[in-house]
Parts: sequence; C-alpha cells; structure tokens
Amino acid sequence: MTIDALLFQALNGLASASSLFLIGVGLSIIFGVSRIVNMAHGSLYMLGIYIAYSCATHIGGAFGFWGGIVISTLLVAAIGAMIEIVLLRRIYRAPELFQLLATFAVVLVVSDLTLWIWGNEDLLGPRAPGMTGAVEILGRRMPTYDIFMMFVGPAVLLVLYWLLARTRFGRLIRAATQDREMVGALGVDQARLFTLVFALGAGLAGLGGALQLPREPANLAIDLNLIGDAFVVVVVGGMGSITGAYLAALIIAEIKALCIALGAQTIFGVSFNFSRLTLVAEFLVMAVVLIVRPYGLMGRAQGLIRTLAIPEEPVRAADAMTKGLAGIVLAVLVVMPLASAYWPYATVLGIDMLIAALFATSLHFIKGPGGMHSFGHAAYFGLGAYGAGLAVKAGGLSTMPALLVVAPLAAFAGAALFGWFCVRLSGVYLAMLTLAFGQIVWSIVYQWETFTGGSNGVVGVWPQGLLADRSIYYWLVLALTVSGVMFLRTVIFAPFGLGLRAVRDNPLRAAAIGLDVRRIQWIAFILAGTVCGVAGGLYAFAKGSISPETIHVGRSIDGIVMVLLGGLQTVSGPVIGGPLFTLLQDTLIRQVSYWRAALGIVILIIVLVFPQGVVGSIAHWRQWLAERARRPA
Amino acid sequence: MSTSVLSVDNLNAWYGAAHILFDVSLNIGRGEVVALMGRNGAGKSTTLKAIMGLIERRSGAVTFEGRDISRLDPFRVARLGLGYVPEDRRIFTELTVNENLDVGRQPSRTWSDGNPAPVWTEERLFALFPNLGAMPDRPGGQMSGGEQQMLTVARTLMGNPLLVLLDEPSEGVAPVIVEQMVNTIVALKQEGLSILLSEQNIHFAEAVCDRAYVLEKGHIRWQGEMQALLADTETQRALLTI
Ligand SMILES: Nc1ncnc2c1ncn2[C@@H]1O[C@H](COP(=O)(O)OP(=O)(O)OP(=O)(O)O)[C@@H](O)[C@H]1O
Ligand SMILES: [Mg+2]
Repeated sequence: MTIDALLFQALNGLASASSLFLIGVGLSIIFGVSRIVNMAHGSLYMLGIYIAYSCATHIGGAFGFWGGIVISTLLVAAIGAMIEIVLLRRIYRAPELFQLLATFAVVLVVSDLTLWIWGNEDLLGPRAPGMTGAVEILGRRMPTYDIFMMFVGPAVLLVLYWLLARTRFGRLIRAATQDREMVGALGVDQARLFTLVFALGAGLAGLGGALQLPREPANLAIDLNLIGDAFVVVVVGGMGSITGAYLAALIIAEIKALCIALGAQTIFGVSFNFSRLTLVAEFLVMAVVLIVRPYGLMGRAQGLIRTLAIPEEPVRAADAMTKGLAGIVLAVLVVMPLASAYWPYATVLGIDMLIAALFATSLHFIKGPGGMHSFGHAAYFGLGAYGAGLAVKAGGLSTMPALLVVAPLAAFAGAALFGWFCVRLSGVYLAMLTLAFGQIVWSIVYQWETFTGGSNGVVGVWPQGLLADRSIYYWLVLALTVSGVMFLRTVIFAPFGLGLRAVRDNPLRAAAIGLDVRRIQWIAFILAGTVCGVAGGLYAFAKGSISPETIHVGRSIDGIVMVLLGGLQTVSGPVIGGPLFTLLQDTLIRQVSYWRAALGIVILIIVLVFPQGVVGSIAHWRQWLAERARRPA
Repeated sequence: MSTSVLSVDNLNAWYGAAHILFDVSLNIGRGEVVALMGRNGAGKSTTLKAIMGLIERRSGAVTFEGRDISRLDPFRVARLGLGYVPEDRRIFTELTVNENLDVGRQPSRTWSDGNPAPVWTEERLFALFPNLGAMPDRPGGQMSGGEQQMLTVARTLMGNPLLVLLDEPSEGVAPVIVEQMVNTIVALKQEGLSILLSEQNIHFAEAVCDRAYVLEKGHIRWQGEMQALLADTETQRALLTI
C-alpha cells in the first residue's frame, strides 16, 4: 500500500463523511428539541431517494435531477411536519418509549407506502448531469460527483450553524432544547416551533437521501439499515450538536476509508482482511467514544432538561383475579396441541407465540424494572439460537443439552461482556450502545461464513428423538417459557428486584443507601440476556434453521414493540404483548398484502387509544370502575 | 380601586393527586402592585403557575383584561400580555444575554381601553439593569445569581407585558440586588404595569406593594392593605414568621 493510495481513500472518506453527516444531523436536531428519538428518520431518507428518483426519471435532464433534489427536500420536510402534527404532537407527554413505538409505526407505514408507489425493484438513478466525469487525483480517478459531495457536508454545516446562531428561529430552537416550558411561558407557540423543527430535520434527511441517488440504488431496506448509521452519528457527536455530528461522520468515514485502504494484510503471519471491518467500524467507534466520553464528542451531560413526561407507576403484584385468569389461560395452553387435529397450525403458531412471550419478558425485565432501554436484545436471542444450532451441527450435541446448557451459556457470555459496558451509561446513550453491540454480533455472524454459514445461516437443526414430535416440542416450549417467566417474576418481587427498581427510580439515592448500582444493573442485564438465550435456542429448533436475520435490529425493535404493546408497568404485560404481536404479525402477513402498513396502523391506534399499553390500560379502567362503584350513587 | 386587570375566582390546583390550592380568589387593578405572601410551601408559586396555565390540573375562573384565560395554553396567556418570572429563574444557559432577551421578544400591545402599554427595548432594559448592559454577549450559564435574576425579569419585560407575575425576586440574592429589585419594581409601577409579587419577606413587600394576600396551606387566610398587614403583628406571627 502506498501513501498515495491512503491519501486517495482519505479523500473518498470526505465524500462519505458528507453523506453520513446528512443522515445524522436532522435526527440530532429533532432529538435536541423534542427529546423524541425518531425511528422514522431512515424512512424519511428513503423517501428522499425515491422522490429524487421519480423527479430525475420523469422530468429528466439537469432540472429533473437538481430540481428533484430541491423537490425531495421540500416534500420530505412537509411529510415530516405532517407526521409531527398528526401524530407526535399528541404524545409529547407519553413515556419516551411510547414515542419510539409511534415513530416505529411510521416506519412500517412508510415502508409499505413506498412499496406500493415504487414497487420492490431496486431503482438505480441517473448520474448527476454535469458531473458524470472523473478527475485524476494522485494517479487515480475520482468521480466529479464525489468531489462535489465532499463540499456538501461542510456547506450544510455552515448553513445550519448560521441558522442556529444568527436567526430567531435558531435561538428558539436552542432555548427549547433546554427548557421548552419556559419558552412557551414567554409566548412562543411550541407546537409550531416543534413542527418547524421536525420539518427541518426531515428536510435534511430528504436532502441526504436525494443526494445519494447517483451513488446507490433506491431500495426498501434503506429505512432500517440507515437508522443504525444515523444513531451512531448522533450519539458519537453528542445529541443535539451539529458540529459534533459532522466530526463524528468524519471520524467514522475516515476509519472506514483506512480499513479499505489497508485491505488484506498479513500481521505476525496471520492474514486479515481489514476491509471486512468496515461493517462494524462505526459501532466500534461508538462503543469506544461512549465509554471514554459518555455524552459524545461535543455533547454535554444533560442534567436539568425539563420534560413533560409523567413519572412511571410502580408495578404491583397480581391480585386473585389476575392469578385465576392466568391459571385458566395456562390450562388452555396445556391442552392446545389436542386441537391440532382440527387446526394443525395451532401448535406451530403456539410455539411462536410462547417464544415471543419469553423473549418479550426477558426484554421487559431490563426495560421495565431495570429502566435500561435495550435496542439490541436480538443479540442474546441470536447468541442463544446460534449457540444451540451450532452445538448440534458442529459440536454434535443432542437437543436437550444444546437447549438447556449451550444456548443460555452463549447468551450469558454475550450479556456479561456487553452489559459490563452498557451499565456505565444511561438513557438514550445506553440504548444506542446496546444497538451497537447488537450490530456487532450481527456483523460477526454475517461475515464469519466458515463457522456460522454467513448469510445462509445454519440449516437442519430439527429437534431429535421424542422432541421431533411437534406436540411434545410444544409442551417443552411451554414448560420452559412458564419457568422463565416465573423465574424473572420472582426476581422482580425479591429483594434484588426491589433494589433494581430503586436504582431505576433514583440511582443517586440508591447509591447513597449502599446499593451497588452498576453491579445490580449488570446482574439484571445478564439475567435477562441468559433467559433470552433460552428463547433463542427454542426458536432455532422450532424453525429448524437459523439465519443472521435472527439477530437483526428488526427483531430487537419487534421486541420493543411487544413490550410496549403489553405495557411497561405491569409484569404480565410482555406475556401478553409478545404473543399478541406475533399473532397480529402472523395474521396480517397471511391475510393482508400490505401487512406492514396494517401493523403500523394497528400500533398507531394502540398508541393513541391505550397510552399505557394494553395491560396497563385495562388495569387503569378496572381501577376507574372500582372507584366509581365505591362512590355512593 | 381602578379597573381590574386580573381576577382569579375559586382557583384550585393539583400536582398529580395532591390538592394544593383551595378556592384561591384574588384581584389586581391596573397599575397595582400586590403581594402574595406565605411561608415556604404555602402555594405562592403554585398560584402563579396555575394563573399562567403551567399546571395541568386546575379549576376555577381566571380573567385577564376581560378575557377568560383559564383554559388557554401558557403561550396564549403570555401573548395576551401576562408576563411570568419563575422563582428558579430558568435562564437559557447556552444563550447569551442578548439572545435570552430575544427569546422573550413580543410585539408591543395596548390596554383594553386602547391606550398603549409600555414598550421595552434592549436599550431601555440595559438602562434599567446596567449590569446586563455590561455583558450583552455573556452566556447565561456564566452569570452570577443576581445577574441571572435581573436577566429573567428583563427577558419577561421584552414581551411588553401588561401584568407581571413575579415569583420571589429577592430569594437567594445579595442585599444590593434586592435593593435594585425594589427600585426596578417601583420603576415598573411608574410605567403603569401591574405586578403580582410572590414574596415571603415582609420588608421587601412593604417597600413596593399596595395590597397583600396571605396564603396558608393553599388557602387565602388574610387580605387587605399592606399598611394594615404591617400593623397586624398577630396575623404576621400566625401566617408569616417562622
Ligand atoms: N412539582 C410538584 N409536585 C408535587 N408537589 C409540589 C410540586 N411543587 C410544589 N409542590 C407542593 O405544593 C405545595 C406548594 O408549593 P409552592 O411551590 O407553591 O410553595 P411556595 O409558597 O411557592 O413556597 P416557597 O416559598 O418555598 O417557594 C408544597 O407543599 C409543595 O411541596
Ligand atoms: Mg415558591
């Protein structure tokens, strides 16, 4: 490798840095003011590419392309404003995770809307008119458009800087970032300010997408693939800091460029291909930055941010009625395989629903009582699944030891390692770090073809012996799910669980009364991960095969949706939320061609009608009815 | 008494399930400076917040310049000319003095009888608070408590209010600043502004207020002329001194 090659890649990195900056900066601005982590940011970016594609191909020529970029920006800004007005405005007071759920529903709806309008083919846009050539630099050819892109990032940064520092709108944004209630008391219409901020952030996403058109085809996977990148930029740069966002984009892009420039190298006799690191480079950077500077490169510890959310209520132990109900449900579940004579699908669906219940309960354990919002819970599910699958395929173990020993152990190891880092952070930063670890696991599984089978995964891992019978496997799943749920439930109401909740509600006070905050959180993280590993193992044998999709960020998000559907504040929430989500998804996939949109709309209705989750709302109504009954007529 | 600018009838307020204010009623005339007194936790700040619309759960009637404001969002209340100065100052620490003032800026307004209300500009405010004029580009986070106190008052005045809800401006600042606050309030009164001043310190209230209401545990227990309260040591002992 020559110095020239390295320099050339470094220049390339500048162009990528601009793209990355545009992906993240809008999200950062939106988060800064509204405190909402907009999961739909990738969807807005995706819309930007598609709209630019349509303009470029239908209008055509230089106007179609360059005008299309302007049109995409404005149109996506308008869509962002609409999302804020129709949806988010109603839920600013809802718990943080509810807002996440709502924006995730938008992801689903936009995804199907895009599919409906543009179809599922990848669409490759034209090259930029006037910039189709290349320039010779350092003996290599660099596309003119890439050179243009190098300047776009800094130019947008300057414009935003001017906007924030020199205009009244910018001042209001900065003031609202700190204390929106006070801004309102000074006569500023927050609702309008928030709409404009959303429009700005969305417009930046649209611009980023549109500018990417000549560099990559428009496709339907962009929305979720991008959200990871966007989070990394925001978190590494520091929430709400635009300069930080550019710095983060620059560092990540340059490290990736360096990895590509290094290529295959032989170090101490071991050959290693550095370009493979590009998939995980940004997440490694994020992990390192968050550990060294927990609030990002340019971020500040956010002590006194005034929010509007209502504090969470404590969980209560089940009353007699709930216990009776649970008994009846359990009895029905035990006899369910008998129904398979009439409805063979019952056991298959039942297994999926039970596994979802265990998965959701393990996630709820760290989210609800633990107060740690994990965005990467699929990692432990995947570790369990791959652990069990590979133990059978490569290790020659039989089903039971693979399921009961290897799956939980693999997840335990991962949770212990990642958890140790995660409990050092809190809030959104912790959530992002869990996401990063999830992506790292995914990348390793995806790339380590010789061991994990890469994108093909591991096939032929059906349960052996007696368990080959679906009904018997179903009963095993039921037994393990019930034990897992009961175990975590017992922990929640045990002294350890009380300590955990004390830590969640007030870490400082908990530390002051002698609780070892990090240790408690770490143990909770490990417990949840280990139980989740069992769910993953059960899943592997239920499906007979495992693919990297088992670990994908999509599954982590599904888990969050399950937990929120059930409601955070009740222990029984995830036990209902998990199966309910699975049932909804399963029914919708088979009955509705645009099932994502349908699911998204169902979630939106739930968010708007049951702001405390299904179980939470039922509890709320029961309380309301009881109060009414107590009052004299 | 002149025409009423703000009248509050049977105001109740809750924090969650906790009932804090009980049927609070009060009245402020044009150009009047009225004290709202009471011990720590009596409900002074809660009254001001509830008037402003900053408390979710409240009931009762609040009329400002002849308009019912009891269901309005805080920003709409502010836009009618009701200024609010919070007790904990709530300066935007990342913004400079000038920028803080700009956030508070609103168009000039008139009284309900059509006469123009006082108009505030940065120059006038810097004349009123020379300390601020000396540091227009200083970030709010790098100012002393007293300077922040002046800034929070000045920021609210930038909205050209007709009436200011002023929450304990004397709390936790040096005697020099307290004295300056007295002068400021006197100057505002001369401009014709009405002020509802939440205050524990009777000497401060005495220096600037015409009338007083005294709160105890969310109930108004005493009301009358400031002079009468000064003379009534019995009431002072029962409701004010610690
Ligand atoms: N955010 C809140 N949540 C719950 N209760 C509150 C809250 N703020 C105040 N309170 C309670 O309401 C009551 C009245 O408080 P308020 O702040 O109005 O008193 P105050 O008269 O302004 O006292 P001080 O002189 O200390 O400022 C107190 O009992 C207080 O504990
Ligand atoms: Mg107070």
